[in-house]
Amino acid sequence: MLSIRAVAAPLRRQCLATAPRAAATLSFQNRRFYSDKVAKFTGVKGADGRYPVSIIEGDGIGPEISQAVKDIFEAAKTPISWEPVDVTPRLVDGKTTIPSETIESIQRNKVALKGPLATPVGKGHVSLNLTLRRTFNLFANLRPCRSIAGYKTAYDNVDTVLIRENTEGEYSGIEHVVVDGVVQSIKLITREASERVLRFAFQHAEEIGRKKVRVVHKATIMKMSDGLFLKTARDVAKDFPGIEFDAELLDNTCLKMVTDPLPYNDKVLVMPNLYGDILSDMCAGLIGGLGLTPSGNIGDECSIFEAVHGSAPDIAGKGLANPTALLLSSMMMLRHMGLTEYANRIEKATFDTLAEGKSLTGDLGGKAKTHEYAAAIISKL
Amino acid sequence: MLSRNSARAAQRLARTAVRQQSHIQNASRSFATVQSDIFKPTKYGGKYTVTLIPGDGIGAEVAESVKTVFKADSVPIDWEQVDVSGVESGSPGSLEEMFRESVASLKRNKLALKGILHTPISRSGHQSFNVALRQELDIYASISLIKNIPGYNTRHKNVDLCIIRENTEGEYSGLEHQSVPGVVESLKIITRAKSERIAKFAFSFALANNRKKVTCIHKANIMKLADGLFRSTFQKTAAEYPTLETNDMIVDNASMQCVSRPQQFDVMVMPNLYGGILSNIGAALVGGPGIVPGCNMGRDVAVFEPGCRHVGLDIKGKDQANPTALLLSATMLLRHLGLDDHANRISKAVYGVIAEGKYRTRDMGGDSTTHEFTRAILDKMDTL
Repeated sequence: MLSIRAVAAPLRRQCLATAPRAAATLSFQNRRFYSDKVAKFTGVKGADGRYPVSIIEGDGIGPEISQAVKDIFEAAKTPISWEPVDVTPRLVDGKTTIPSETIESIQRNKVALKGPLATPVGKGHVSLNLTLRRTFNLFANLRPCRSIAGYKTAYDNVDTVLIRENTEGEYSGIEHVVVDGVVQSIKLITREASERVLRFAFQHAEEIGRKKVRVVHKATIMKMSDGLFLKTARDVAKDFPGIEFDAELLDNTCLKMVTDPLPYNDKVLVMPNLYGDILSDMCAGLIGGLGLTPSGNIGDECSIFEAVHGSAPDIAGKGLANPTALLLSSMMMLRHMGLTEYANRIEKATFDTLAEGKSLTGDLGGKAKTHEYAAAIISKL
Repeated sequence: MLSRNSARAAQRLARTAVRQQSHIQNASRSFATVQSDIFKPTKYGGKYTVTLIPGDGIGAEVAESVKTVFKADSVPIDWEQVDVSGVESGSPGSLEEMFRESVASLKRNKLALKGILHTPISRSGHQSFNVALRQELDIYASISLIKNIPGYNTRHKNVDLCIIRENTEGEYSGLEHQSVPGVVESLKIITRAKSERIAKFAFSFALANNRKKVTCIHKANIMKLADGLFRSTFQKTAAEYPTLETNDMIVDNASMQCVSRPQQFDVMVMPNLYGGILSNIGAALVGGPGIVPGCNMGRDVAVFEPGCRHVGLDIKGKDQANPTALLLSATMLLRHLGLDDHANRISKAVYGVIAEGKYRTRDMGGDSTTHEFTRAILDKMDTL
């Protein structure tokens, strides 16, 4: 039985890449899709002994904060070589696409770091974030939020980890006008995508040493769709006996998290797309906004780590931007690549600098320029 | 002079003509305006009859508290209690039967005070009675009043916002199907008529309650058609209310702003699911579901229930529940009936007891039981 599964696994993987819908029925019969680790990093070092990483510097403040991250990485001697790529959208046959060199670069390197992108205004444009997500099938969005010692909010010691399904659910993009004035928008939940993100959640909990995984759902109302997500979670949980699994109603999660987020510090939360979108931003609100939270988009082949805040064109080029979000995302990337020691060192230097409060950027109430803040971190390394 | 019969016939003709005309002019205006939604509840012998649905969990205890307080203040209300429950027990048909009875009672009385009914997660379980009731009686607008209670400090100060939520469509349409095993579709329905109705309700509410700003919450950047329709309808309706400030915000940003700077919000209007999320976030800002009052307005009926809908099965029967939310909802019901004297006295007593801080239930950091807290309110009312 076990050997059959081992043989079948890579085959099924191929199915997923080529025809995911056909694979869905297959997974139902076999009950499990992934006997292997989900989203394992498979990048290799280049000739210079460094891992190549594609970097999308982004718009507005993007280049400044990317430079800060590059400087800090250089000072920490991280074995990474940057490969700058361009994602200026091209409209091919009326569809928004990103340049093929970029796609090739990310596919080759398996990992990318991305600054903020300004979504071009105008009809016919799918947001670039969505395009990237679809191109590389980035199925999970990983959003940890941790209180920053130097920045006081109404909440202290927050340390939440939230994983959001990224490909379907309410954001499936299937909508239509039935008659004038009546619109149907379809929330799509499949066992395949649910299992994938749930497996990732359990694995991630093991990796970061958390003992509990909690599914957030609204299966009282959406009995079939959220019910399927919940049922899949129960099935997946059986494969992870070391991790405690439970489920909570979306309403309760919202209420309890905002009342007191501390009980969530030992858990990994996993949920469908829309709930994850709302709750991850809400968690960011608890600790002071999107400028302080990292984000990772995890895919089977490639993963993209990014700053989720805006491109702030009003302060671009003035050296006022806060690179913390991108820096924290880059540490998440290092951990994903197995370069944990480097991540820990940079992280400690960053948190120490923030806690000290001497060289903070303007958004945190300080006076330091972007490069001065980076220099303070470097001096701590 | 026309005979009475022919006059009536003429009126009827005129009425249909007007109706047809308006139909042609604007097909989307198929629902009545808010102004015509005012209805008269039944009053016999100087007393109003109001349906009381205590609900599951802590419902029975807090409803008892309301009954005691109302009796002590000689409020001219007769309760017609319907003990409908959403918790499965005994024969499966009896739940449904009680539910039908509550609908019938509501249709008769037009007014209700209601706790929250439990909804099972399992697929074989019944549909949410809370949702079914709203859909059946077209109770389209839900209002939650999120405001700091003086004397009770939470993490956030000066919060005073009001969440208005569309109650009958959106994500709670209940339309779901399995295309093939392992692939489920759930439909979210947004219609122009209902979006316009809730937007109008929000604007009228803002005007009537002296509020300045109405914010539309949506996710139109992703759900371009559905939430796009909701937003554009809101914006079109806003043109009819030039004295009010309006803006719109994406739901994830709104949640983030809510926990970091909730003071910026005034009246917020949104589709069904977002309302559930934001009313819970809002309740947490000011101290939990035990103190947030609310009501649900329909075309014919008004149901007053706690603004943040939690059943509280975990503390059922322990005499720990906080009756504040239901008491304040009940005072809203009194104001709705024009019984302002009673409403003022009761709400003053509730706020007074909380401000003194001697008697508070467990969720507010005290150790009083529901009975002790109610007793304190009664004592307070004697002094007013």
